[in-house]
Amino acid sequence: MKSKVGAKAYRSIGGNIGTFIFLLIIALFMLLPLVFVVSSAFKPLSELFIFPPKLFPMNPTLDNFKDLSSLLGDSWLPFSRYIFNSLAVTVICTFGNIIFSSMAAYVLSKHDFPGKNILFQTVVLSLLFSTVVTGIPNYIIITKLHMINTVWALILPLLPSSLGLFLMKQFMDQMIPDTLLEAARLDGAGENRIFFSICLPLVKPAIMTLLIYSFQGIWNSTGGSYIFDEKLKTLPTALNNIITSGISRTGVSSAVSLLLILPPIAVFLFAQSNVLQTMATSGMKD
Amino acid sequence: MKNFFKTIRKNKFCYLYLAPFFILFGIFVIAPVVMAIILSFTSYNLTQPPRFVGIANYTALFFSDSIFTKATVNTLTMAIVVGPFSYIGALILAWALNELSPKLRTALVFFIYAPSISGNAFIIWQLLFSGDQFGYINSLLLNWGFISEPIYFLFDTKYMMTVVIIVTMWMSMGTQFLSFVAGLQGLDHALFEAGCIDGIRNRWQELWFITLPQLKPQLMFGAVMSITGAFTVGNVGAMLCGNPSTEYAVHTLVNHMTDYATVKYEFGYACAIATLLFLAMIVCNELIKRLLKNVGR
Repeated sequence: MKSKVGAKAYRSIGGNIGTFIFLLIIALFMLLPLVFVVSSAFKPLSELFIFPPKLFPMNPTLDNFKDLSSLLGDSWLPFSRYIFNSLAVTVICTFGNIIFSSMAAYVLSKHDFPGKNILFQTVVLSLLFSTVVTGIPNYIIITKLHMINTVWALILPLLPSSLGLFLMKQFMDQMIPDTLLEAARLDGAGENRIFFSICLPLVKPAIMTLLIYSFQGIWNSTGGSYIFDEKLKTLPTALNNIITSGISRTGVSSAVSLLLILPPIAVFLFAQSNVLQTMATSGMKD
Repeated sequence: MKNFFKTIRKNKFCYLYLAPFFILFGIFVIAPVVMAIILSFTSYNLTQPPRFVGIANYTALFFSDSIFTKATVNTLTMAIVVGPFSYIGALILAWALNELSPKLRTALVFFIYAPSISGNAFIIWQLLFSGDQFGYINSLLLNWGFISEPIYFLFDTKYMMTVVIIVTMWMSMGTQFLSFVAGLQGLDHALFEAGCIDGIRNRWQELWFITLPQLKPQLMFGAVMSITGAFTVGNVGAMLCGNPSTEYAVHTLVNHMTDYATVKYEFGYACAIATLLFLAMIVCNELIKRLLKNVGR
């Protein structure tokens, strides 16, 4: 009998059907443009401009991808250079992000010391300071530190992630029992040992979540105005140049979009359950 | 003073662990904000030292910059539509999704979240809204006989704002949406049973009296994420409609700030705009915090 009183009580069938149809319409609205990205990427030129347009390509082709590689072959540097830059920056930043955030989160979550609250409150407030807005003053700082056009400008500003620290700290608050750490201390484990061998293994879902967030953010980051040396530019910069060059290259630009969105989406699919586990602890207290 | 150093030494390990994050955080997150506020009272072109000008930047913004007025109206319009949509919409979606079976839910969560992580893929909307008969929407309308000639969605000031808002909404189901979905899955079932006994009659009462109060921490976090998203729209309009767009119809404060810094090298002026944006976001966040206190009453 108990099951009837659970979370699914007092539901009308009409309401359930309505909910489902509503969700289906929203999901279609969200999905359809991405379907267009995929289908345009495989459409031959002759099919991109027919009236009325078709949803799926009649004769799928890889021409757009071939055009893309020849377009990139014409640029100043080999394509592999952009890929190497992107991979290097992504790996370094993601690793730094996770380790720095976890270290700071561990101390903020499990230790008491003067200044603790003000530090965490500042991080929470800084969630509002989007990089879009801090971009301009950041440009001044990077100029004054003489880091413009160096690899440091690509890496250092991406390392401190307020969102990463916040999510990690909330997760540790709820998922690591203080008694466990206390027991380890009684057994004579040092703080470094406790952090690396007890704490980190327990926060794997949060680590996966940070991995996804930093991966997405960094993978899509271009270094923008901080970098003008072609040798230091990343893959999205090279590809975005092609995207923004106009409608006549719809097929190629869809191929580019497809290549750029696949990695973040694949990583998210791979770790979706970890992300949801972490998000369950993401709440803020007053 | 001696005590102070003693506590520092006693907690040496804590500060060592905090140092890497907070040193970089100070340089690349806090310093930019503080500097933006200070420089907003100066005239600064990056090569000469900043010159103090009092509130001249702000008076210029409010009284003699008509593009700023236009950009403010545009930004507020977008924030008022996109903000609540990405917040309340995400909540409603997460709540509806929670009624589905886990497999179906996982799939739909992914579909709804995907646009927010697909970077510049929103450029595909250019094809959908393209102003000739090859634009998918124009071609549909032409085919069904609603219009006799194509509409210039991306260049006609009558439609541009709507288009940019639709595209921004499409990309707005991000972190806060995941947070709500996860929060709803972790609710305490005993409370729902107690509610049933206490006379909750339909799903709406259940939502207001039992679900939302439990979800309050996630609602606070989601508000922050939605506000930042809503106030910092800029890239979408610039990439779809060009920068500057026709008659600045979708020019936002972020666009205006970037223009003044990167094209005109007036960093003091750009910093004044950044400061106003920070202020607007903080005020907005406080308002939502106050509103959330009334949930479940």
